[in-house]
This record gives sequence, C-alpha cells and structure tokens, in this order.
Amino acid sequence: MTSAAASRTLPVLTVLGALLVVWYAAAAWLNAPQVIERQLSDRPGWSFTELLPLTWAMERPVLPAPQQIALDMWRSTVDWPLDSPRSLLFHTAVTAASTLVGFVMGTLLGLALSVLIVHSRTLDRSLFPWIIASQTVPVLAIAPIVIVALGSMGLTGVFPKSVIAMYLCFFPVTVAMVKGLRSPGVMELELMHTYAASAGHTFWKLRVPASLPFLFPSLRVGIAAALVGAIVAELPTGAQAGLGARLLTGSYYGNTVQIWSALVMSALLGLALTGAVAWAERWLTPGGRK
Amino acid sequence: MKPVEAGVGLRPVVEVAEMSVKFAGEPPVIALDRVSLDITEGEFISLIGPSGCGKTTLLRVIADLEQATSGGVMVNGMSSHDARLARAYGYVFQAPALFPWRTVLANVTLPLEVQGMPREHARETARVQLERVGLKGFEGRYPWQLSGGMQQRVSIARALGFEPKLLMMDEPFGALDEITRDRLNEQLLRLWERERRTVIFVTHSIPEAVFLSSRIVVMSPRPGRIVEIIESRLPADRTLDIRETPQFIDIAHRVRVALHDAHD
Repeated sequence: MTSAAASRTLPVLTVLGALLVVWYAAAAWLNAPQVIERQLSDRPGWSFTELLPLTWAMERPVLPAPQQIALDMWRSTVDWPLDSPRSLLFHTAVTAASTLVGFVMGTLLGLALSVLIVHSRTLDRSLFPWIIASQTVPVLAIAPIVIVALGSMGLTGVFPKSVIAMYLCFFPVTVAMVKGLRSPGVMELELMHTYAASAGHTFWKLRVPASLPFLFPSLRVGIAAALVGAIVAELPTGAQAGLGARLLTGSYYGNTVQIWSALVMSALLGLALTGAVAWAERWLTPGGRK
Repeated sequence: MKPVEAGVGLRPVVEVAEMSVKFAGEPPVIALDRVSLDITEGEFISLIGPSGCGKTTLLRVIADLEQATSGGVMVNGMSSHDARLARAYGYVFQAPALFPWRTVLANVTLPLEVQGMPREHARETARVQLERVGLKGFEGRYPWQLSGGMQQRVSIARALGFEPKLLMMDEPFGALDEITRDRLNEQLLRLWERERRTVIFVTHSIPEAVFLSSRIVVMSPRPGRIVEIIESRLPADRTLDIRETPQFIDIAHRVRVALHDAHD
C-alpha cells in the first residue's frame, strides 16, 4: 500500500473503529433490559460477562450488533438464488432499477427545465415558484397518492416508483443547472457576440461546458435523493419487492436485524451510485480544472 | 519589401462621425460627446486618456458591443452591426477570457469553429497563430497552466485566427507586470509590421501608446471627447531602446501635455 493510500484509508478505518465501539456499547446498553428480563431472570447471580455476549446475540434485539447485521446480509445474499424474494440482492436490484430509471428521468427533466428557465424570462418567473413549492410537499404524503393514481391507470412496477424518485431528483439538477448555464461572465458572452455566434453556438460551446462543474455535484445529490424516493415509494405498494419493502416487512414482524441489513444495504447502494457519478465526472470533465 | 507608410492614402476602415453615447441614469452619463475619427487601413491607433474618458466605450461602439445614441459608425463601409456579422474584426479583452475547459489549441480554434471552418483546417490555422505569438509547444496545455502573459498571447492568437483586417484591443496588457508588458509590446509591434493589420488599441500608458502607435488619440473625460490626435513617425523597426531617444521623449511629452490640458 502506498503512503498516499494509507493516509487516506487510516482516517476512514479510525472512524469505523470508533463507530463499532460506540455501536457495541449502545447495543449492550439498549438490549440489556430485555436480556435480563427474558434470559437471566431464572438465573440469579448472573455476572456482567454473562450478560454482555447475550446482548449481542438476541433474536429480536432493540439494536442489533454489527456482526448480526453482517451475518444476516451475508446469509440473505448467499443462501438464496438471485430471483428469490428472500435474497437481499434481489430487493437491492429492484430498488436500484427504480432509482436509476428515476434518476435518468429526473436528470432529463431537470436539464429541460433549466434550459427553458435560462432562455425565457417568463418561464423563469412562472416556473421557479412551482418547482420550489413542489419540494416543500413531503414526499411521504405524495408518494401513496402518485402510486395509487398511476396504479389505477394500470401502471405498476418500476415506473411509479421511478416517478417518485424523479420527483426528488429533478430539483437539485434544475437549480444547479440554472446557475451553471448562467455562470458565463459578461466577457465570455461578449466574446461569442464578437464572433457573431448563433444562440446555438453560445449554448453548446459556452453555456453547456461552463455548467458541467455545477451539474456533477447536483447529480450526486440527485441520485441519493432518487434512492430515497425509490425506497419511500416502495412502502405504500403493499411491500412486494425492494429495500423499502424489506424495511416494511422487517418492521411488521419486529425483525430488527432484517431492517438494519436493508438499511446498511441501501447505504451501500447509495455509496455505489454516488461513486459511479463521481467516476463519470472524472471521465467527462477534461483538463482537471482548478 | 518596403513597409507601407502608416496612415497614408489607403481606404478607410473605421469612420466615426459626430458620434455620442449617453448612458441612462440620474443624471444620464454622457460617455462620448460628438466624437469624430477616421482610421485608414494599416494604421496603429492608440486611444489614450484617464479612466472615464470613454476610450473603451468608443472601442466597444466600433465593435458593436455598445450602441451609439447619435451619430454614425461605419466599419469597412458597413454599419458596425453588419461588420460584426461579417466577422470583420478580432477583439482582445482586458482579461484573456479563455475557456478553462478547452486546451490552448481548442481556445484558438473556437472562433474558427463558430465560423464553420473544417476541423483540421481550424487546428492547422490555430497552430500557425500560436507559433506567431511564440507559443509553439503549448497547444495541449490548459489555460490555468499558463502565466498571465502567455494567456493574453493565446487570446491575441485567438483574435487573429480568422485573419481579421481589423484588430481591436482593450487594455490587453493592463493587468500584466511591466517586464512582460514590454516584451508583449515588442512582439505586438513586430506582428503589426509584418502583417499591417489595422489596430485600435486602448491604453492608459503613455510609453505604451507612443511606442506602438502611428497615431495617438488623446481623450478627455466628462464628457468623453477627443482633444488631440498626435502623429508619431518613429522608425518602423524600432525596439524598446527607442524610449531613450529625444524623438520618443518629445512625442511622449506632447501626449502628456495634451492629457494635462484636457484635464483642466
């Protein structure tokens, strides 16, 4: 390992270590009352060293210990075929699919809106308040309505969930791209003016490249928002498939380990998706600008 | 080949007649007041004056970046608007205004792409222009990898790419240190001697104006007017050393007096 890589991984590992210590302590603290009540009540004179391992191995703990979550994730990905509803990867793939479709739709919508807003003063004034208002409505409230409405039109499966993902995703893209497309200064615009450049040339050769540094951070926010949207959209569908469904069934049956493994999996999925966007950014932004 | 004597008997490139520019406001600002100026082919004209004298405004009106309130401006016998659409001039701004996402070469091809020149032809032209401003070997760099003086040279190469007959420069070296500025002045003079494009050059440096110009237009502020036009007939193959000669000092003195009188 090079020293540069070491200097980057060391802080991450330190934080992870600290997190695990706090987690185990919290698990012991939160699970101890139940362990004492259920498992140690018939064993008077139990000691702390007897209590501690029991708090980290409960079947339905208040807070599962990390190794329980890791084991559950391992079993639910390895023990079942990929197309089984008991496989965690199956649910992850379902959520990832609606997230990605929603992300693409949201990005396209955000780009279209930003182009319209930048090129029309009227649309700037008339659209922007609605766009902002759309984000003040809690997604938890609007998701069931959209799912039910689209369901009654015969649209089920990935599409309705993607609509919710899109709904959360287009906003950061729109706001950032409006700012990005407007980022060229007076001098750059006048330069194009002296070339007698058409509006199309000014757009493609100046505004679009100038907006890319604004676009990519918003895509990272957007894809994370799309993931939240996709998971929220899975809650009211009667919990058929997806990480949201996994969360919901877990809480129905008090299966906290399953809830946590779905949570960790959605965090990993979020990391993978934002990482993919960051990777795309490095590929598509030339010059390693300052 | 004998260099053409500056300002002698060629066709007019820029004709400014009784032109005024008023900026709205309370009270309105008269940036230029009935300015008249004819510039013939092959001249190197400097516009000099204190800030607020309208020298940049005059340049911008000729370039159709600003509109005259009254009076006329003709460029190559056309209105300034038509001249811009005909891509009659190259314009160099105070700052390089290079696009950071484009390499040096791609920055110079930008106006050529806008003109619709085929890609390979544009790249070849850009390479030649970069070599002329002494930037051979820097084609693949990005602007932020260059010094301020080199960036401004890229912007000059960019303005010269489509071979405009008229080159307008708005204090192009204003932000540079004096040593870089001297060197660029000499390079610009060599370029002008070689190609005899018409140049309109805005500056507030007297030595720069005297060194470069065939005519120096001295302007006064509030309202912007032309107070004097000073002819300068320094030898064509001059170098920076000429600044020590009595001839140079005499012209510089006349410019200074004109500026001083204008201020009273």
